[in-house]
Amino acid sequence: MTIISDKYKTVKPEEVTVWFKAAPVTAFPKDGGACVKYKDLQIAVFNFERLNTWYACQNLSPEKQEMVLSRGMIGDHKGIPMVACPLHKKTFSLENGENLNSDLDPIAVYPIKIEDDFVYVGFSE
Amino acid sequence: MKTILVVGNGMVGYKFCEKFVAKEESKQFKLVVFGEEPRPAYDRVHLSEFFENQDAKALEMAPAEWYTENGIELIVDERVADIHRTNKTITTAKNREFSYDYLVLATGSSAFVPPIKGVEKEGIFVYRTIEDLEGMLAYAAKIKAKNPNAKAAVLGGGLLGLEAGKAVMDMGLEPHIVEFAPKLMPRQLDSRSSQVLQLKLESIGLNIHLSKATNQILGDDGYITGMEFGEDDVLDVEMLVVSAGIRPRDELGRSCGLEVGVRGGIVVDNKMQTSDSNIYAIGEIALYNQMIYGLVAPGYDMAGVAVDQIIGLTETLMPAEIDMSTKLKLIGVDVASFGEPFMPAAKGHSIIFENKTQHLYKRINVSLDGKKLLGGILVGDASDYSMLHQIYLNGMPIPEDASQLILPASEGGGSFGDVMDLPDGAQICSCENVTKGQICGTIESGESKDLADVVSCTKAGTGCGGCKPMVKDLTEATLKSLGIEVKDSICEHFDLNRQDLYKIIQVKGYNTFNEVLDNHGNGGHGCELCKPVVASLMASINADTANKEYAIQDSNDRFLANIQRNGTYSVVPRVPGGEITPDKLIALGEIAKKYDLYTKVTGGVRIDLFGATLNQLPLIWKDLIDHGFESGHAYGKSLRTVKTCVGSTWCRYGMDESVSFGIELENRYRGIRAPHKIKGGVSGCIRECAEARGKDFGLIAVEGGWNLYLGGNGGATPRHAELFAEQIDNATVIKYIDRYLMLYMRTAKPLQRTAAWQERLEGGLNYLKEVIIDDKLGIAEDLENEMQTLVNKFECEWTQAINDPEMMKRFNHFVNSEEEDDNLVFVPLREQKMPEKWV
Repeated sequence: MTIISDKYKTVKPEEVTVWFKAAPVTAFPKDGGACVKYKDLQIAVFNFERLNTWYACQNLSPEKQEMVLSRGMIGDHKGIPMVACPLHKKTFSLENGENLNSDLDPIAVYPIKIEDDFVYVGFSE
Repeated sequence: MKTILVVGNGMVGYKFCEKFVAKEESKQFKLVVFGEEPRPAYDRVHLSEFFENQDAKALEMAPAEWYTENGIELIVDERVADIHRTNKTITTAKNREFSYDYLVLATGSSAFVPPIKGVEKEGIFVYRTIEDLEGMLAYAAKIKAKNPNAKAAVLGGGLLGLEAGKAVMDMGLEPHIVEFAPKLMPRQLDSRSSQVLQLKLESIGLNIHLSKATNQILGDDGYITGMEFGEDDVLDVEMLVVSAGIRPRDELGRSCGLEVGVRGGIVVDNKMQTSDSNIYAIGEIALYNQMIYGLVAPGYDMAGVAVDQIIGLTETLMPAEIDMSTKLKLIGVDVASFGEPFMPAAKGHSIIFENKTQHLYKRINVSLDGKKLLGGILVGDASDYSMLHQIYLNGMPIPEDASQLILPASEGGGSFGDVMDLPDGAQICSCENVTKGQICGTIESGESKDLADVVSCTKAGTGCGGCKPMVKDLTEATLKSLGIEVKDSICEHFDLNRQDLYKIIQVKGYNTFNEVLDNHGNGGHGCELCKPVVASLMASINADTANKEYAIQDSNDRFLANIQRNGTYSVVPRVPGGEITPDKLIALGEIAKKYDLYTKVTGGVRIDLFGATLNQLPLIWKDLIDHGFESGHAYGKSLRTVKTCVGSTWCRYGMDESVSFGIELENRYRGIRAPHKIKGGVSGCIRECAEARGKDFGLIAVEGGWNLYLGGNGGATPRHAELFAEQIDNATVIKYIDRYLMLYMRTAKPLQRTAAWQERLEGGLNYLKEVIIDDKLGIAEDLENEMQTLVNKFECEWTQAINDPEMMKRFNHFVNSEEEDDNLVFVPLREQKMPEKWV
């Protein structure tokens, strides 16, 4: 079995080579997320409206390798913006992907830009 | 290795084992314990609780495995018959022989049955063991079947007699207490307090007969029919419980020639040693200071002294004076006495506060110079007991006007005395002998961080439980003094608890999470803890469905289905009361087949369809709705099922239509959001096939109506529901459940089931009855109206979702593709499918 998590690597804003036009901003709930498909990747995109910021990370929960993070609740832990996995409430920083309440591997995070009311996810290829 | 044999596995015998294994030195000894009862030691003090739940396990001091785990050999159901002191052996009733180096006698006492003519008749019991109680229960059921108004008497109006009176009352018999003395609890109470107690007990249905000497017990064909006091003074009763005192079980000591007292009991010194230095006696057989101490606390102290003496810590001795202070709840009435309850006028002055209309009595005895508290009695309200007891024990100074100690705050009394003023050596928990210093110390050292830690580290409050409020106060005060804030706030984003938030949202009428967070939060952005709580509160208050603000809903509420381990969902349609037509059953099967869903009957006996993808959910719901189904709310912290047995509709034993009533209740409370899930049960007769007493609310049909049980649950900490009201009609049932659920929704903590809520509710079941039945707080109508509003506003969330294109958007795995999750792998399982195993 291939290890799916190998496909997900954090992309820094300066590394972006492709801005993928994902969906209109209205497709995402306020202070919540939805999942974007890019090639064979699943990316969770969050509209953190309270911070007026967008975040993206892998949709794959590193705990049990299930595609669920986009369905998690977001918020902050001690000021760090985070998403909580809907399966067992493991929380991950949306800024650097670090697991905040356990010692799971970090998740990959991706840059986002908004142009003309559209959401773009940054990849490096 | 030396061998210790303990004869007797009661509370004190058990305490010996517990204190023994806690000592490092215990490893050099072998410990064997004998019990003549068929089960390991149980909490006899709370024996009357056995009637409420009939759960012998719940009363156990420790399960049988505990003894094994601690290297103790426990031999139950085997009485020790003889002691042979010369060769240091014992023989049991099964004729087995064991030798000892040290022998500890903890055989306790037996009930004393006075030699009254006719006392051997059938229907006469003593009140001592679980077996006694089981015998009483069986007999009571028999006489009740013949005569629903059967009467039972208890001979003896002392502490145990009144406990037995409660037991008799709980069995549904008309209770009568017969006492030889001119007052109740003659050993603990003075005449006036005894009268107050009598008034209170009479007001709750106990019949009390004082100054009655029983001449003989009347009978018919060997069965008791009454008690005769004088020539024309007869009380007709069909059952009698004798509770006329205890006698030490000292026969073993007598037969082997140990020194015994004139009126029984084995003589011990302050090392708990008998006249044979290898033999110790503890608990209710030990005659110490020419006294038998019938309380648990001195028994536990004796166990500790015997342990230390045997393992070589010979400096531990029993104190010369033993504190006989005691506080208990008798049939829901607080009764306490401490120090010298009756004091001759020559030694000091008494201050007495009496209010017969409210059944209150408080007396304190103060030294002649007015500086020391010598003792006192409290009846009706013993909330001052812990503080008064500590002031007495530690000889603390008292206010110049000592009446302030007992006067209600509104009448000039104040909150004199703070727990933190106590000296470190003050004994807080007398059962476990825990001092204030130990409690505060475990917090100061960082070992304990909250009340639960303190209890598990020190064992304080695990005996009779009387000191619990004080332990809690001490814990909170110590934490506070260390600058640790004690709060039950819901998470880092709010300094409020759920109850506070409930009031705020209700008063301010908030409709969105951000309004609540911005106005009452700590400046953060919320999290997975506070978001679902606020969502649930707004749903409870405004009757919103989970569709309203789906991004703050918990995983399951967000998608109106139950997420399973591979990220797919399961779907449970409502089948009220479990009644389903063949056509609907076929429809369920066809829908499951159409979407290839794994199908199973759930633990709550509903039909669950597993393996639905996000994209499939609305399609499945539409098919279900087209066939007359609606959401079953299996995903919500809300009503799940009302489980029913078939009841009088079909059953030959049924007393009422449990299915019809179950359906009505399920339809009434469906969809309402609560702190946690709620389950109901309705049984058509006492055979209880619906297991209603394991539910948050349960009903059992009886002659003349329904018995309502509240606060039960299965789950991790199972608890039987408590009997709340008897023989009530359908309308009253609904009224009470409305009030109960609404009160629970208003005041429980997040994710607290009714069972845990009810258990921690100050005032317990009685308080609940006062609020719900007597409307003590004057809120019953509000509670009913709030519930009725929620009932009226019910809407099926599935229907709501599939009819709104905006709401439908969330049911796609991708926002930019119609494809489904390509990560899902199913494998075959018994002609169905399941998700691939987790790696």
